[in-house]
Amino acid sequence: MLVAGAAIGPYALPLGKILTVLAGDRSDPQAATVLLNIRLPRVLAAALVGAALAAAGAAYQTTFRNPLVSPDILGVSAGAGFGAVLGILMGLPVLGIQALGFATGLLTVALVLGLTLALRGTGQVLVMVLCGIAIGALAGAGISLVKLLADPEQQLPAITFWLMGSLAGVKRADLVATLPALLIGIAPLLLLRWRIGLLAMGDDEARAMGIDATRLRLLVIACATLMTAAAVSMAGVIGWVGLMVPHMARLVTGPRFDRLLPAAALIGAGFMVLVDTAARTIALMEVPLGILTAVLGAPVFVWLLARGARPWSE
Amino acid sequence: MTPLVEARELAVGHGGRALIRGIDLRLEPGRVLCLLGPNGAGKTTLFRTLLGLIPPVAGRIELAGQPLPRLSRAQIARHLAHVPQALTTPFAFTALDIVLMGAAAGLGPFARPGRPEADRAMAALERLGIADLARSEVTRLSGGQRQLVLIARALAQEAAAIIMDEPTASLDFANRVLVGKAIRRLADLGTGVILSSHDPDQAAALGDHALLVNRDGPIASGPVSRTLTADNLSRLYGIPVRRETGRDGRLHFY
Repeated sequence: MLVAGAAIGPYALPLGKILTVLAGDRSDPQAATVLLNIRLPRVLAAALVGAALAAAGAAYQTTFRNPLVSPDILGVSAGAGFGAVLGILMGLPVLGIQALGFATGLLTVALVLGLTLALRGTGQVLVMVLCGIAIGALAGAGISLVKLLADPEQQLPAITFWLMGSLAGVKRADLVATLPALLIGIAPLLLLRWRIGLLAMGDDEARAMGIDATRLRLLVIACATLMTAAAVSMAGVIGWVGLMVPHMARLVTGPRFDRLLPAAALIGAGFMVLVDTAARTIALMEVPLGILTAVLGAPVFVWLLARGARPWSE
Repeated sequence: MTPLVEARELAVGHGGRALIRGIDLRLEPGRVLCLLGPNGAGKTTLFRTLLGLIPPVAGRIELAGQPLPRLSRAQIARHLAHVPQALTTPFAFTALDIVLMGAAAGLGPFARPGRPEADRAMAALERLGIADLARSEVTRLSGGQRQLVLIARALAQEAAAIIMDEPTASLDFANRVLVGKAIRRLADLGTGVILSSHDPDQAAALGDHALLVNRDGPIASGPVSRTLTADNLSRLYGIPVRRETGRDGRLHFY
């Protein structure tokens, strides 16, 4: 998938050429530039974003014991989106926009957790989710306000495009800036993945089996938030991946989180590379990723349902 | 002998307000203690307190002689396992996946269950006679089979005592007999069991000791033959209850 994504594009790179460039052959400078500075960073970014969103979605579905949950349930995408469009409005450079989006994404979830704590609902998943919906709605209102205030010639199209998700401008520097947050986010999830799976039984049961459920869930939220904020600040708001890919993975591995998490990350990476490759090749202009994930994802999802494969109870 | 579970002058409730006061209980290895009481008497609250899920309002709890507040979650889990009223998860785990979870208290934070844990899980399923269900998805099992899976998980936890919250409440007659027999067998092999029930007949058949609790507090406590009297049960439920000894020597209430 990665190789195909690197090969396909307006400037076609045959497999042989990719290999020779990667091996250090610079005899074709144009091919080398396209591959190393444009194509490869973009394909890697797509894989990382897909893996991050799918892993965060799988973690949330398991720990919130709800197959309909997606990574933005606690408002991280709306928060990061608000920060990023604010950055566009203020005319910040790209890295500034990303940093602001990342920060507001984290801040949103911190606010949700603080609010949950203040309402004395620490262990209360429902209170937490409702707070997330409320704060997410506020961030959504903020986004609408920024759109209203934005200059309709320059800023508004940029904002709209960003909110639908795109990897068009991704450079090596963006990748380097985002990678640490993604790795720090996924590492604890991978290490603790079997224990995290026990949260699917509910807090009381998990605690009676010897697990500190409240602390473990907070850790999962922190990790998933970090990954999602990093992904959204680099690629914009991309829906569906975090909701749908965990379901696809569950069909392969079953619901056990220790098997589900790696599978979801891999399928998410592959799916996102596929979608991004389509985004830059099917039309003369770049198609926003958010549109494609829904257009590709929704039919696949319905088809899976129609096959009668329901890895959860009704 | 040190009891597996001991509570003295215990008051349980939520937010510092006591629902029941003055509970004394002792569970010895191989014994079944039945908790009887009307809805809302605080049976589940008592169980959650014994498991350390909520703090007691007053009184002391000891597990194998050690004060509960000094034990970590994993240590509590090694003394006392829990069988909830029903298996509630939205995901289609296999029975073996569920039973494997019982190994958590004995595994390090980064560990996943391996061969020994799988063997123990299978042994637990075999003890309950449901080894053939290991690969079945629990969402497709009957209520009785799911209850047995939860009991198997508690066995795989290798705790000395098990608390069961109305283990047969939602089961049909055949499954009730099946699960009841399984519980008695566990106790005969040395596990201590505390269970709540709405059925005095079942308590008399399964239990060694009984604790009768309603909203006014504990009504009676002690060996089944002495506590499950017509008088005590009439006071417990607030309706006239009569007791009869059947030809098989069992107690029946109506």
